[in-house]
Amino acid sequence: MKNLLEHTGLEPGRLHFSWISSAESTKFVDVVTKITDEVKALDPANKKYVKTEPKVD
Amino acid sequence: MTQYIDKIKEIANRVLTEGKVEMVIGFRKGSVPMMNQPHLATSAESVDELVWDSNCGLNLANYLTDKKGTIGIIAKGCDSRNIVTHVIENKIKRDQLYIIGVPCTGMIDHHKINAMFDGEVLNVEESGDSITISGNGFSETLSKQELLAENCAVCSHRNPVEYDELAGDLVEEQKDVDQYASVTKVEALSADEKFNYFEDLLSPCIRCYACRNACPLCYCPTCFVDESRPQWVGKSQDPTDVKTFHLLRAYHCAGRCTDCGACERVCPMGIKIREFTKKLNKDCQDLYGWEAGLSLDERPPLDTFKTDDPDEFIK
Ligand code: SF4
Ligand code: SF4
Ligand code: SF4
Repeated sequence: MKNLLEHTGLEPGRLHFSWISSAESTKFVDVVTKITDEVKALDPANKKYVKTEPKVD
Repeated sequence: MTQYIDKIKEIANRVLTEGKVEMVIGFRKGSVPMMNQPHLATSAESVDELVWDSNCGLNLANYLTDKKGTIGIIAKGCDSRNIVTHVIENKIKRDQLYIIGVPCTGMIDHHKINAMFDGEVLNVEESGDSITISGNGFSETLSKQELLAENCAVCSHRNPVEYDELAGDLVEEQKDVDQYASVTKVEALSADEKFNYFEDLLSPCIRCYACRNACPLCYCPTCFVDESRPQWVGKSQDPTDVKTFHLLRAYHCAGRCTDCGACERVCPMGIKIREFTKKLNKDCQDLYGWEAGLSLDERPPLDTFKTDDPDEFIK
């Protein structure tokens, strides 16, 4: 999943997978903090796969 | 390739008269050059319409899904691998089928040939390894090797993997071909370049879904793109919607695609759709040592679990 998305141009670091049990609240907090920090560090201009206004030629 | 036809007709007639099968699925001449059509032969007269040449690039396994009764089917390497995939996915039973295997030397690329000439190509004749292409005011003879479809040029399973009878002697498999050369090239690009590469690749897509309809793997009664409750993907021409369709279709083919090239062949815009499925084929090869449709006794990687499955992507 990750491989093909990154192969087609998704910036590495935007897609994260994790396996967290409902009992692992501290792991959940850690993972989410880490992901949001990593994503915030990326250039917002590189937001891909977001629909935009139609291009008019 | 053309020499197989007598044997194909002989076998088809025999299995029909013996009552082994109710119909034989093969090809007949198409209404335009280089586009042979699927043909269901049920009688001696309709067997006579069968043809075999280098324009049989559609995948006949596509016509087997959930069929009842007994069926004879003509299968080149890739068709036979999709038949195997159909059998392991319970879309047809092996004992309903009589597979007439045809060792294959590749199919020619009509997109490429049409692009080579200014005028309309009106006639394409094949004799051994040379192909003569002619139209109004031009005629040229080229070697078939130069005209092969991209997937056939790198195909390493030309002989059928599963069959009841062969229509010709097995051919030598191509060694030393780099199946994944196109993927490796893209892998070397930066994230931005990759994004632009696929954006350009898909920009002509008109979302006609011919690629999906020709693919034997795409047999869902209602495809996710057609569903409206819920609507999984936008139906517009927005590049994000178009790409979502192609990415999701590719994921649905992961570990199943045989690189038969039917999807590319039928695309009216000549888009290289295999760039998506090829990447997943390469991952399946690298991560699980898997190529689709080679054996009736092995389950595909995405429906098995092993404790040593690679899991680096998950934290
Ligand atoms: S992919 Fe292989 S088996 Fe299929 S048509 Fe091409 S050369 Fe033949
Ligand atoms: S066949 Fe070609 S144009 Fe049609 S949906 Fe597929 S990629 Fe797009
Ligand atoms: S995705 Fe294309 S190449 Fe793969 S099995 Fe389907 S039609 Fe063949």
